[in-house]
Amino acid sequence: MSNIKILTNGLIKENPTFVLLLGMCPTLGTTSSAINGLSMGLATMFVLILSNFIISLIKNLVPDMVRIPSYIVVIASLVTILQMLMQAYLPGIYATLGLFIPLIVVNCIILGRAEAFAAKNNPIASVFDGVGIGLGFTMALTLLGAIRELLGTGVLFKSDDFGISGITLQGENYGMLMFVLAPGAFIALGYLIAAVNKLRKA
Amino acid sequence: MKKLSSSLTNMAVVLTVIAVIAGGALAAVNAITAPQIEKINADNLAAGIKKVMGSEDINVADPTEQKATIGGKEKTFVFYDVADAQGTALGTAVQTTENGFGGALKVLVGFDTEGTILGYTILEHAETPGLGAKAGLWFQKGEKGDIIGKNPGTCNFTVSKDGGDVDAITASTITSRAFLLAIKNAYDQLNAQQ
Repeated sequence: MSNIKILTNGLIKENPTFVLLLGMCPTLGTTSSAINGLSMGLATMFVLILSNFIISLIKNLVPDMVRIPSYIVVIASLVTILQMLMQAYLPGIYATLGLFIPLIVVNCIILGRAEAFAAKNNPIASVFDGVGIGLGFTMALTLLGAIRELLGTGVLFKSDDFGISGITLQGENYGMLMFVLAPGAFIALGYLIAAVNKLRKA
Repeated sequence: MKKLSSSLTNMAVVLTVIAVIAGGALAAVNAITAPQIEKINADNLAAGIKKVMGSEDINVADPTEQKATIGGKEKTFVFYDVADAQGTALGTAVQTTENGFGGALKVLVGFDTEGTILGYTILEHAETPGLGAKAGLWFQKGEKGDIIGKNPGTCNFTVSKDGGDVDAITASTITSRAFLLAIKNAYDQLNAQQ
């Protein structure tokens, strides 16, 4: 499989959210606005690329029976380093993302890709897999966040932390609050999965 | 290279080595970033105090901390006495934390010497985006729930749903209640201290 094919594989065919149905907890929990979804997706992608790379480098040094604890230590360390670096040098982004970063450790997409891909392929291919799956996840979260934010608040891409006022598409008083809250996440995600599966089969 | 077999020695050695490397990397990054993080937090607080006192040219005294048990829970209040450049007392900025809808709601509020609210800022929160997260703007001057210039001691400082004088954030009564309670507690503690 060529590297480009590995990359595009993660976007649609093996999209982690819509097709593999991995990482549902951050998907439902953090997508209350498009910016939140985008931020969570990018942070996950960053960790995924690094963890895929490192794990495929050390895959032969780690005995099979202790591979899960080893991978978890690698992933948790990466996430903590990312958190500290962001807090120190990108405080603006940390204000928005800070809440979600510790969640990445237990995101099953990361461990899932480490097991399913990085442990069986070379470092270069693993990086491409990380980029592909990461982009697919980011796309899915941004799309879900945008739908929920639009239906829930009537505004798109608004973020107080970044000082972006967003695009107002309907009056702020006409939002359906349910879509910002938990039930809206399940409803919107359900329809999106149905639509993507229909498109994939067509 | 052939994969290492799962013998006891191999497993113990590999796990130890990975843990040591990970620990070392974390310690190194922490040593580099800790001073920077501290500086950013201190800057944020200094900027917050300037904002809530509505003045750029101020002297902030060393903070005093006070713990109080309110409603069965111990709460911490940090007071920053603020004076202007000439040394005239402007009032006090108080930092406190209340439980909001999604978690801790950390508020910094500035009172003048009479106890009138000069300004406020939200330092940390975990409220719902599009709902409770609006608290940072909602209660500012000229907004719908304007509390600036109010004195929690002389007006009914609760949301209008509870018979008070402040309009709650639409559909975020719990956040609004927590926010107003934090400020009311800060005011009470400030009075008790003086």
